[in-house]
Amino acid sequence: MKGFTLGQYYPGNSFIHRLDPRAKIILGILAIVCTFLCKTLFSFILLFALTLILAILSRIPLKILLRSLRPVLFILLFTSLVNIFMTKGENLLFEYWIFHVYEEGLWNALFMIVRITSLIVMTGIFLTYTTTPIALTDGLEQLLSPLKKLHIPVHDFAMMITIALRFIPTLAEETERIMNAQRARGVNFSSGGLFKRVRSLIPILIPLFVSAFNRAFDLANAMECRCYHGGEGRTRLNVLHYKAADFIAMILLLGIGIGLFFANRFTFGGMIR
Amino acid sequence: MKEQFVKTEELSFSYQAENENEAIPAVKNLSVEFSSGEYVAILGHNGSGKSTFAKLLNLILEPVSGRLFVDGKERTAELSEGELLDLRRTVGMVFQNPDNQLVATIVEEDVAFGPENLGYPREELRKRVDDALATVGMTEYASYEPHRLSGGQKQRVAIAGVLAMTPRCIIFDESTAMLDPSGRREVLSTIRRLNREEGITIINITHYMNEAAEADRILVMNDGELLFEGTPDEVFSRRDELLAVGLEVPQSAELVFRLREAGIDLPTEALSTPEKCAACIADAYFAKRKGGAVDG
Repeated sequence: MKGFTLGQYYPGNSFIHRLDPRAKIILGILAIVCTFLCKTLFSFILLFALTLILAILSRIPLKILLRSLRPVLFILLFTSLVNIFMTKGENLLFEYWIFHVYEEGLWNALFMIVRITSLIVMTGIFLTYTTTPIALTDGLEQLLSPLKKLHIPVHDFAMMITIALRFIPTLAEETERIMNAQRARGVNFSSGGLFKRVRSLIPILIPLFVSAFNRAFDLANAMECRCYHGGEGRTRLNVLHYKAADFIAMILLLGIGIGLFFANRFTFGGMIR
Repeated sequence: MKEQFVKTEELSFSYQAENENEAIPAVKNLSVEFSSGEYVAILGHNGSGKSTFAKLLNLILEPVSGRLFVDGKERTAELSEGELLDLRRTVGMVFQNPDNQLVATIVEEDVAFGPENLGYPREELRKRVDDALATVGMTEYASYEPHRLSGGQKQRVAIAGVLAMTPRCIIFDESTAMLDPSGRREVLSTIRRLNREEGITIINITHYMNEAAEADRILVMNDGELLFEGTPDEVFSRRDELLAVGLEVPQSAELVFRLREAGIDLPTEALSTPEKCAACIADAYFAKRKGGAVDG
């Protein structure tokens, strides 16, 4: 449990790892916009190339990047099937009973796969893989700090996330301890049907909740003892600083986005319907 | 004569019972003084009100009645937020469970948490964090995640977090209770150093007798009241009274009392450390041998 790392963070020191977390959040958003700008085969090829280049720049093994696609595998499969069979077009390729497959449907399916894949992989590269959750929270807090003027409690949310991240390993350890304690009392967590297994979680969850609440009271006291009084007038030990590289990366990606938009003018091959 | 630093006058607190109207008194009319630079231990059985009392001293709990003076100023009147923060800056507190008092995910950021709340500029924050970590000997762990540290180390980080606010008094609320023996030693030696070298007033709430024996003065609490107080030597000479409230004397002192019960005439004035007890037994032994030699 001591070697527990949070989220998908892949430790490294690549160009992308070293970017400011705020810049990476903006880059992540730009990347999402980029994927939705693409409409033709040419721009999708460029998008795919961009994703590959980013993957190489981040120095994250391809195997690990592909692992992030596992949760969306079903969506990928489902959307491509829907696209293949439901798209109406001009060039009928295949017909059987109620199934009609048009050329346009195949293109659409391909484009959706490229779009979703690059979306997941690129946001992963910019955010979860190269940025620790805590840096991400810091970045988000400082990026959204102008919203404080609108009385949106940005600091409070960031503090809540920070504390949640801080306590994940603690509560994970606690869960293990409780499970062992219940095992010692004869609870069996690994056999029986679904219903039985879910029911065997109750003797874990209740003590876990009780202890989490006790911890929360303790923590609130400790924070008050250390003069916590909300975000007002609070200074920071580690303040984020934009570097030249951050601006260059953002301008570059913005340029690429504009480029992708104009690449839609080359209309060879298929285009999205 | 040392100046008085914390003073309570008839301080009381009661918890609200679950069935609404009933109030359960936890601290009853407690009047105590702590002088500047003093090392005081508070002993008491579970539920004796010692932790509640500690939380009254920096107004984490608000007393029902009575007055609190810290550093010459009354703190129980209506306080502005600034005054309340000043009080908590002056009287820091370290709790029992090291896991439940670390806020940030990195050691140095956790140490910075207090000073950050007080709004110090960055250079000052840096200096305070570095100084505090150096004082507790945790400098090399500055960029660690707290959950990778041992219990004693976590507790030292918690102490650093309080130190970084430059308090003049630190209350330790059973801060060694959850630690293993080596962790306890680490924390105790840190406490001792803070008291001797930094001149910080220490109030150590504990139920370890050996720990209390290190203090200049011991307060014994029972049922929300101050039972008696005195130097460790004085307090541990009153073994029967301690036993009556669910406490005990250190094992070495217990030995002296048992020997007395067995009919050996031993003095009970100075029994706070094993060394003193050993000296006491040795003196009696040699005195007897000498006497025996004269007889024979």
